[in-house]
Amino acid sequence: MGTIFRILACGMLCLLIAAPAALAGGSMVIKGSTTLLPVAQAASEAYMKLHKDVNISLSGGGSGDGIKALIDKSTDIANSSREMKKQETDLAKSKGVNPVAHIVAIDAIVPIVNPRNKVKDLSTDQLSQIYQGKIKNWKEVGGEDLAIVVISRDSSSGTYESWGQLVLNGAKVTSRAQLQASNGAIVQAISKNRYAIGYIGIGYLNKSVQALTVNGIQASAKTALSKEYPVARPLYMYTNGAPKGDAEGFIKFLLSKKGQEIVKKEGFVPVK
Amino acid sequence: MTRHQKEIIIKNVFFILSLVSILILGLIVVFLFREGLPLFREVSLRDFIFGMEWYPTYSPPSYGIWPLIVGSLIVTILSSLIAVPLGVLAAVYISEIAPPAIKEVLKAIIELLAGLPSVVLGFFGMVIIAPWLQETFDLPTGLNIVNASVILAIMAVPTISSISEDALYAVPNEFKEASYALGATKFETITRIIIPSALSGISTAVILGMARAIGETMVVLMVAGGAAALPESIFDSVRPMPASIAAEMGEAPFRSGHYHALFATGIVLFLMTLAFNLIADYISQKFKEVGSATL
Repeated sequence: MGTIFRILACGMLCLLIAAPAALAGGSMVIKGSTTLLPVAQAASEAYMKLHKDVNISLSGGGSGDGIKALIDKSTDIANSSREMKKQETDLAKSKGVNPVAHIVAIDAIVPIVNPRNKVKDLSTDQLSQIYQGKIKNWKEVGGEDLAIVVISRDSSSGTYESWGQLVLNGAKVTSRAQLQASNGAIVQAISKNRYAIGYIGIGYLNKSVQALTVNGIQASAKTALSKEYPVARPLYMYTNGAPKGDAEGFIKFLLSKKGQEIVKKEGFVPVK
Repeated sequence: MTRHQKEIIIKNVFFILSLVSILILGLIVVFLFREGLPLFREVSLRDFIFGMEWYPTYSPPSYGIWPLIVGSLIVTILSSLIAVPLGVLAAVYISEIAPPAIKEVLKAIIELLAGLPSVVLGFFGMVIIAPWLQETFDLPTGLNIVNASVILAIMAVPTISSISEDALYAVPNEFKEASYALGATKFETITRIIIPSALSGISTAVILGMARAIGETMVVLMVAGGAAALPESIFDSVRPMPASIAAEMGEAPFRSGHYHALFATGIVLFLMTLAFNLIADYISQKFKEVGSATL
């Protein structure tokens, strides 16, 4: 339901972008990470409302695609949920592109359980074993003698991808894991199920579920920023050289108070 | 313009209109195959259908949909086991036993049931049935095969009961009269005369009800749990094919392997519902009553 709405919204956005593009100049391309896509989309809409002469063409495709486009000079801003790899920077340099990173938001993912669950803390290793289906009972990690119901996101979600990298190091999530199509649906399922464990973006936490500490550290904007909290990562926007023109305006807008409010609203940790 | 010319024009207009609907259907099928078939450049048909692992976003990806097919079949079969007796017996009651006043009320209620949006039923399953199942049977999860089957059965009952009722209604009065004249009771008349006469219509109803269940998306997305693994009990979570397509299509990169795999899953689903419809058609043709019993 959400996806259909998003497709419609994208389609309408395309029309909005395409129609005036023929008339005015001042267009900018943003491409890359699907994790950053909702932030980039909300920020683009707000930015275009402020600057009526600017047209932003936004697409996802993943961090790798965004960086590739930056190296080919086919995008002004590349969104990336990871730092550029060495071979990517080398390739960029050889093509005369000088990538500059801007951290615009922090993605912190929090494991959650039902409030009736006695477990309050898990290590990253325990989380990894649970999600690979190797730890199957709460008593193995200091809880009651209950089976663990693993709840995960659909495999296309950015949160799923981050979780897979930061906690599982690329190992496969057990096929017995239940699938929920949104952060909200995971909260709903966990709040009703004392067997279950799930993970959500920090912005979706509420009182109906219990957030676990990871390696004894509580997820918060502060611990995510200081990198103490392990399941967090900065989200980048790359530009070729210091940003100029609309790209500069856009990144400044995103880092402003208003832009960071959008970051918070989309469920990420603001950097300021 | 003569009456004859008008007649020809009207005939052609209707012909073109019917052609348009067939054309649209045909184009949908063409599109489905065009987007789905490129998958088989990457994986063999056998690995796709019988593969046990569905990990479309890993590298290398695995596109095995056997757990999804089993998930679809198991919720369909279980929901039929619930819906067929309910639907058929309700139809028998409405058409043969109920007094006219009750009959009207019951028909209206069943039609109302048919009009309930599936997302409402799905939500009901998610927030009411799931916690209840979990507490009552002390299960690890309430989002499972049983929950999905119950909700799908609620959706299939109106289809089964209204088509069965039409079939029962079409049984000629002469048959019943003959039965009563031979001294049969009402129960004997229903079980030995009316139901056997209407059997082809009832079978069609059952199969169309099953087709309804196998293609239903929202309910299974919300209440089946979504585990892409072979279930070990009826209280396990499964991920039927429509749920997988709906959950993943929005973010599968355009024309990637994952995208083609989801369309190919759609082809499998399409062929299954087509098979159901062909069987229904075959049964209603083959066992068609002739003479005054024609249904």
